[in-house]
Amino acid sequence: MTPTHKPIRDPRERHSAGSFTALAMRLPGAVSIIMLGALAAGCSQGASALRPQGPGAQMIADLWWFMLALAVLVFVAVTAFLFIALTQHRRAGPPSDPERTGRHLIMWGGVVVPTVILLSIMLATVLVLRTHAQTQRVADVNIEVVGKQWWWEVRYPDHGFTTANEIHIPVGQTVRLSLTSDDVIHSFWVPELQGKLDLNPGETNVTWIQADRPGVYRGLCAEFCGLQHSNMKFLVIAQEPEEFDAWVEREQQPAAPPADNTALRGQQVFLGAACVYCHAIRGTNASGNLGPDLTHFASRQTLGAGIVENNRGNLGGWIINAQSIKPGNRMPPMYLEADDLQAVIAYLEGLR
Amino acid sequence: MSTSTLVEQPVQAGRLEQVWGGPTGLAALTAVNHKTIGLRFIVTALIFFVLAGITALVMRVQLAQPGMDVLSPEAYNQFFTSHGTSMMFLFAVPIMEGFGMYFVPLMIGTRDMAFPRLNAFGYWVFLLAGVTLYVAFALGLAPNAGWFNYAPLSSKQFSPGINIDLWATAITFLEIAALVAAVEIIVTIFRQRAPGMTMSKMPLFVWSQLVMSFMIVFAMPPLMLASVFLALDRMVGTHIYNVIGGGQPLLWQHLFWWFGHPEVYIIFVPALGMVSSIIPTFARRSLIGYLPVALSTVAIGIVSFGLWVHHMFTAGLPILGMSFFAAASMMIAIPSGVQIFAWIATLWGAPVRWSVPLLWIVGFLLLFVIGGLTGVMVAAVPFDWQVHDSYFVVAHFHYVLIGGAVFPLFGAIYYWWPKVTGRLLSESLGKWSFWLTFIGFNITFFTMHITGLMGMPRRFYTYWPADGWEVPNLISTVGAFVVGLGFALTLVNCIRGAMGRGQRAGNDPWGGNTLEWRVSSPPPSYNLLRIPHVRTRDPLWELAEAEEVVEYELRDDQRETLGTSTLDATPQQRLLLPSGSIWPLMLAVAVGITFVGSIASLIFVPVGAALSLVAIVAWNWPGKERPREQ
Repeated sequence: MTPTHKPIRDPRERHSAGSFTALAMRLPGAVSIIMLGALAAGCSQGASALRPQGPGAQMIADLWWFMLALAVLVFVAVTAFLFIALTQHRRAGPPSDPERTGRHLIMWGGVVVPTVILLSIMLATVLVLRTHAQTQRVADVNIEVVGKQWWWEVRYPDHGFTTANEIHIPVGQTVRLSLTSDDVIHSFWVPELQGKLDLNPGETNVTWIQADRPGVYRGLCAEFCGLQHSNMKFLVIAQEPEEFDAWVEREQQPAAPPADNTALRGQQVFLGAACVYCHAIRGTNASGNLGPDLTHFASRQTLGAGIVENNRGNLGGWIINAQSIKPGNRMPPMYLEADDLQAVIAYLEGLR
Repeated sequence: MSTSTLVEQPVQAGRLEQVWGGPTGLAALTAVNHKTIGLRFIVTALIFFVLAGITALVMRVQLAQPGMDVLSPEAYNQFFTSHGTSMMFLFAVPIMEGFGMYFVPLMIGTRDMAFPRLNAFGYWVFLLAGVTLYVAFALGLAPNAGWFNYAPLSSKQFSPGINIDLWATAITFLEIAALVAAVEIIVTIFRQRAPGMTMSKMPLFVWSQLVMSFMIVFAMPPLMLASVFLALDRMVGTHIYNVIGGGQPLLWQHLFWWFGHPEVYIIFVPALGMVSSIIPTFARRSLIGYLPVALSTVAIGIVSFGLWVHHMFTAGLPILGMSFFAAASMMIAIPSGVQIFAWIATLWGAPVRWSVPLLWIVGFLLLFVIGGLTGVMVAAVPFDWQVHDSYFVVAHFHYVLIGGAVFPLFGAIYYWWPKVTGRLLSESLGKWSFWLTFIGFNITFFTMHITGLMGMPRRFYTYWPADGWEVPNLISTVGAFVVGLGFALTLVNCIRGAMGRGQRAGNDPWGGNTLEWRVSSPPPSYNLLRIPHVRTRDPLWELAEAEEVVEYELRDDQRETLGTSTLDATPQQRLLLPSGSIWPLMLAVAVGITFVGSIASLIFVPVGAALSLVAIVAWNWPGKERPREQ
């Protein structure tokens, strides 16, 4: 990982990571950090399943807190029993009828109480499953996601366009996702919105997401899919319905024509180079489908599937040698003259 | 004392030693004694444990901070694949089988296992497969698609190197070792128990080994099938998992987890048996709830075959179907709960004697309860959608496998070490080792629950500051080194002990209740001089108080042991066991050539088969032994 590429930062991140030494100084209280500090951190940083932003993740978080409460109860009870068992002799001497006590312990502790607890968890599970299945049937928007090593193709079949690594959704509406894969198995996961579902080649799995408020939610691949599994991320951008409609309308347009001479030259370089074998830009002859559709490339926030910020420096680095940012990805190094590179960047930056 | 003798002259220890004694020097390659082979399994598995532990530490360094460059993405993938594959196939299963091989014959009062040469063959296969995998690792060619090796990532198209070929062949090869050991343990337990040791009087460790072995017999063949299919896809060009050719990648997942879930219990069930052996000794009373515990062990073995789909809750299967597997996965908490409360009941008010083995067992109880509780959580399908393939699951199964199996295993090492070596391990080093491991373990893995809930998936070779995972990852890395130190102290303890340090133990340092404590430490090659008639579940406590002991004598001039009936253990026949032989090793090499050679060229398949045939004929060539007599 080259440090020169500035990674994207989550705007909602409340505190930045301390330096190594600062963290090391905090370690003496390791145990308390573990129990409480990290849980708190879990709620304040990154994309946490415990900070649900939509009904899908909310139901699951509720189920979790319910199970956690029961689990803490059980753990405390078993620990107490164990403690009493081990100290009983010292306190009260030998028991009168250990066999009888034992039968009761096994019957109540091992069978009856666990059965009641498990049944209640099973009931809660079935209720959540039912709600999940019911919600899926009444989706407002359809989106198809195709997993590829190591990026996401995002299609809007109702609106007739394709984009990549960024899923825009209208706030408060249920979005049905049809998931499939072009190569190996991937798994679609947006912790703040919904649990994960695999993208299997040759099959389509269906799930749904819904966001309660506008925001950018981080998503990632959760099924090991090869060399760059770690860097197969995406963003879900939840917008007010009007904003979403405006975005859809923009996306439906073909690519913007080059705005100036540099950009025009960039377009010529692009169309004359190997770029067109993999990338499509609607409105031009570029129609490759091995890499992301670049029609509205400049409107996207990230490069390399949610890895680095989409800015001029990162874009130049990515075109020249994407391998230095994301080793093993399918984009070969592009040998361009300096001014050709500048022109291509100018062209791509105009694709709003 | 009355002796029911089957021979004319009184049995003599010296002559038994001559007949049963193991070969030395280079001839040790021909050894077949169950204790020699068992110990080889245990020591070899521990070496793989150390290697796999080191890979874990390197991975923890890589993840200590965002964007670390200790391992390349490819190296990281090889590391985690090797870590998982070694821990499951080269450490956990073999070491549990090794303990079974060493102690089951002693506990049931027989001279050796039913098929000693097969036993030796199993060990050599295990060793060769393990060495193959680690040679590949050293050459940078280790498998890199995870220990679960999902199709189609593992297909030739997406993994063109020989890495996956090595996995498929080495694993198929390795399963032979697990299967022969399982068959051997089953037959030995069914046919060679001391007279009077009916099924309902077997030590619970023996029960657990029996259940484990049956599980291996039913779980390993689907894995072999799966890996042979994979090898065919890769080497011959079939389309079993290939979508484009009409194949089905999900078939791999079903076959793999049909094996993979029972596998977890294959590791865990013998650990339960260890706990049930250690607790009565230190509570100084018989286990309370023998029958519920034995039945729960069997129940766990059976139910564990109905859970595999809970590894596939995110694969897009029908919701109704998944609910059944969720219910079955939760149900397995009940037999586990029964066992936990049986152990608590046994300790309840008992005059507990505190020593290092018990410390590991108490640690086990606490950790296993946590692992069991998170296990119930991940059985709840929607919650699993959130935490599946995240660090929450990594935390869960380390609680179950390290807390649930390795802690009892370390307890067992401290417990049985004096029997194997004749000397006690250092108590103070043992306590240090326990506390460091226990604390370090919780620092590392408790934190991972949170890392997972924060959205970090498994098998990420790196992450970015924006992901917000650096604090829990750094904590886990620090904790991992504390665990490493904790385990290392036991290793140091063992090395000290192996060099002859430590207090002499005598036959029975702990006041144990099972027959292995009746013989000297280390046990003689022939185990018991005479085979006692067993009347209760705690034969040693019974024999100590009995006024009259009935014992059986066998011939001391050939490898003879007593065959008894399966349920009631009534004496039926005198079994003649074979002597040492080099051919098990030769056969293992021949089979190894077949498997590993097939990666280079399919010509090795007929060549290896021919060599194997030669080895099998030589193995079975009639020796000097007299024929079996009834």
